[in-house]
Amino acid sequence: MPFLPSTSHRAKRVLPGFKLTLGYTLLYLGMIVLLPLTALFVKSFSLTWPEFWTAVASPRVLASYRLTFGASFLAAAVNAVFGFLIAWVLVRYEFFGKKVVDALVDLPFALPTAVAGISLTALLASNGWVGQYLSAYGIDLAFNPKGVVIALIFVSLPFVVRTVQPVLEDAEKELEEAASCLGANRLQTFVHVILPAVAPALLTGFAMAFARAVGEYGSVIFIAGNMPMVSEITPLIIVSKLEQYDYAGATAVAVVMLLISFVLLLLINALQSWQRQKTGAAS
Amino acid sequence: MRTSKNITTTESTWVRWTLTAIALGFIGLFLVLPLAAVFTEALRKGLDFYWLSLIEPDALSAIRLTLITALIVVPLNLVFGVAAAWAVAKFDFKGKAFLTTLIDLPFSVSPVVAGLVFVLLFGAQGWFGPWLQAHDLKIIFAVPGIVLATVFVTFPFIARELIPLMQAQGTDEEQAAIVLGASGWQTFWHVTLPNVKWGLLYGVILCNARAMGEFGAVSVVSGHIRGQTNTMPLHVEILYNEYQSVAAFAVATLLAVLALVTLVLKSVVEWRNAHGHGPSADLPLEPLQQSFGITSPASPASTQ
Repeated sequence: MPFLPSTSHRAKRVLPGFKLTLGYTLLYLGMIVLLPLTALFVKSFSLTWPEFWTAVASPRVLASYRLTFGASFLAAAVNAVFGFLIAWVLVRYEFFGKKVVDALVDLPFALPTAVAGISLTALLASNGWVGQYLSAYGIDLAFNPKGVVIALIFVSLPFVVRTVQPVLEDAEKELEEAASCLGANRLQTFVHVILPAVAPALLTGFAMAFARAVGEYGSVIFIAGNMPMVSEITPLIIVSKLEQYDYAGATAVAVVMLLISFVLLLLINALQSWQRQKTGAAS
Repeated sequence: MRTSKNITTTESTWVRWTLTAIALGFIGLFLVLPLAAVFTEALRKGLDFYWLSLIEPDALSAIRLTLITALIVVPLNLVFGVAAAWAVAKFDFKGKAFLTTLIDLPFSVSPVVAGLVFVLLFGAQGWFGPWLQAHDLKIIFAVPGIVLATVFVTFPFIARELIPLMQAQGTDEEQAAIVLGASGWQTFWHVTLPNVKWGLLYGVILCNARAMGEFGAVSVVSGHIRGQTNTMPLHVEILYNEYQSVAAFAVATLLAVLALVTLVLKSVVEWRNAHGHGPSADLPLEPLQQSFGITSPASPASTQ
């Protein structure tokens, strides 16, 4: 029987309210999260296998997977590099306004995605602040897949910074001193001492940025141009199927997306326990 | 011979400057520039037009709906967060790790999918659709649907903040209070709550920001009925798609200010927690990522 207090920790049972709080937690969780997600799976079972397959593997939907996962991967990769750099600069160097910059890193979490979407579009459209200079060189970053990547870089920017930052803060300087004493130059120390220590956190941050980017909708739809086969992301496919009252089709694609996010969640959990083992072994 | 000359644990000055410049340049391009653009675009037609865009009836009704939604959603998730944290942090039971994973689940679901599940439950074609129609109740394309979708996407925020905090504080103080004759409620109110108040506030701030700003999930269930089921982010979208770009940015500035206020409050709470008084002073408050489903690998509380 799950969710029963274990007898080995009787001391803790002195406190009241276990049944009440756990009961409420399970009830609320069931009503708000589990029942709705179950409805999604049950609805998808009402489709026959060929129906399901046509819905999730039509050329237009396949093109949307390629864009969603490709752009999310690129955005997460860009953030792995620059997020690491930002975390490094915030932890290791002193400069004017560091506290403000540190707080600002969380902006993509706090700024509603629709606002980010219209703002990036206004900047990058061919008549925008940045777009007008770029279009003079024939570079167009709005209303095409490049715009999708840029929006996804924005929304997933804090993840790598915030996973790498605490690990860098806890890293032991002694190891770097030892490396230096043994004759390593700074670059060698970075590659052989610092990077291996940070690698699990970096990968975790990358996976989280990727997972966030895959599900993102609000910021992307403004800048993408949303052309079928070219710049249409998978969440938008779900929305447009819904708008055409194709509930079964929308459900099928949603189930695929949900399963992918479960896999990503498991992957992130595995990466985190790897990270904990690593930091545990180091200390 | 140990001299500071041959032991280097930092980079040469020019490397430091270059790296800092690149990092700040990236932040400037990707964070500061979009934020600045919101305000400049909003004021493009002057202050009068800006003001008129904000007090226009549809905008006001969107602002009202956003506030109402947050006022319902945040207390709901607050009560849940406190209950879940009490059960998970103060007691041991089988399936605890599984339960905390389930609590985090809404973070990994795409907002669009979150909206869709409620359409499948309560929409005209949904499980409860016929029953709702028979009783003349409307959830989808109405305010209750917006509230439900928002509750779903902000579900873990406060619980996720409180669980590690209350776990780290253990149960000694509460047990002492009970042994001394305090009731459960008194113990919670006078012992537990003062210890976790900053973490609680932190969770509320983040939950509120997301509740007011949610777009994808709300967009699926709202039906975009002007003056009735438009929240502020949806109103921004409609104006923008109708080529009323300046008005769209005017409403967007309110959301941008909300984001900035959130960041400031969050920094204040973090600072208060770091320099705070009482037993919670030495507890590391997890940075924002905790509330977005990131469990910091370095945090002792997450090693459960």
